[in-house]
Amino acid sequence: MEVVNSKGAVLSNYEVLRLLQEVCHQGTKGKRNITQTQTHLASIAFDTLKYLEKTQCKSQSSEIIQRFLEAVKQFKLTKAEKLQLINLRPTTPVEMQLIIEESEDRLTEEQVEELISLVELHLPDPTASQMVNGQVTNQ
Amino acid sequence: MFQLAEIRHMVRIPPWLFGQTLNDAVIEELNRKLANKVVLNVGLGIALFDVTSLGDSYIFPGDGASHTRVTFRYVVFRPFMEEILEGVIKAADADGMQVSLGFYDDVYIRRDSMMTNSRYDETERSWVWDYKIEDDLHHLFLDIGERIRFRVVAEQFTDTTPAGPNLAEGENTVADRKEGKVPYIIYGAINDQGLGLVSWWTSNSAGQEEEEEMEEVEVGEMS
Repeated sequence: MEVVNSKGAVLSNYEVLRLLQEVCHQGTKGKRNITQTQTHLASIAFDTLKYLEKTQCKSQSSEIIQRFLEAVKQFKLTKAEKLQLINLRPTTPVEMQLIIEESEDRLTEEQVEELISLVELHLPDPTASQMVNGQVTNQ
Repeated sequence: MFQLAEIRHMVRIPPWLFGQTLNDAVIEELNRKLANKVVLNVGLGIALFDVTSLGDSYIFPGDGASHTRVTFRYVVFRPFMEEILEGVIKAADADGMQVSLGFYDDVYIRRDSMMTNSRYDETERSWVWDYKIEDDLHHLFLDIGERIRFRVVAEQFTDTTPAGPNLAEGENTVADRKEGKVPYIIYGAINDQGLGLVSWWTSNSAGQEEEEEMEEVEVGEMS
């Protein structure tokens, strides 16, 4: 076995969630259920799925993420920062400071506030969406 | 948190699986080999992402199975440095805490990566942060089972291939499971604003106090 490239691409939690949902629901589509045939895959897939469903990515979709990335283009964030914004959905300036390096130098207070409002606008809050009867309000 | 690793491997498919399509057999075999296993310096294998190329299948003399060279991409768990992650506190002792992510349990937060003024409470068997603000001393407990946010500061891959009888003596005196036989360890830190228990930083009334007082930066008012 030869590793050609150990870091071919970085995946967001949402992408991994979708992949694992497909993997775990193979049994229902006619193929054999993986819990019987592939115990290692089943255990890691179900555990990871359980973890991801408790995070913010549960209510995201590829359109939502694309729109969010368009909206934050102006802030010139690094790839890692954008990824963490999508995965963690920070809503307070403290969390923003954790994610964005040297945020005091790169962004003014208003920009941080703007970033927070963009996050809240584009990335749905998984807890809130339950209250709105499954309706995700986004433009 | 997750990366794609591109790997090339010669997959062996035994004859009793020839009834399946080559694609399915290869996918199953790759998942069987890599899922839930740590690949040295790559990460913890989660699931197959896709197969990028499937070579010709050969049968070698003496072995009835077919051998196919496959290039594929595999989803691995390997957080990058300084990434912020959330997990659940699983265990604590005087040297530090162990945090679990459900599918991965070997995150260790050493005592020197915790906030200053934290101590290990023997009776409670958990870490406490003695947070002092204007003559008011709060004891914030980091209890087991609580959701905690930490930053990844170091990772360590150990080769756990079985040692031969000669090497096993003396060289690998591993008394501690923590630093020895675990193939992939992540070291975390919680000594920064916004890290530690998630409940300290969410905007409910108790958390709000912490935020208002601890923030040096700005924004006095949190709505």
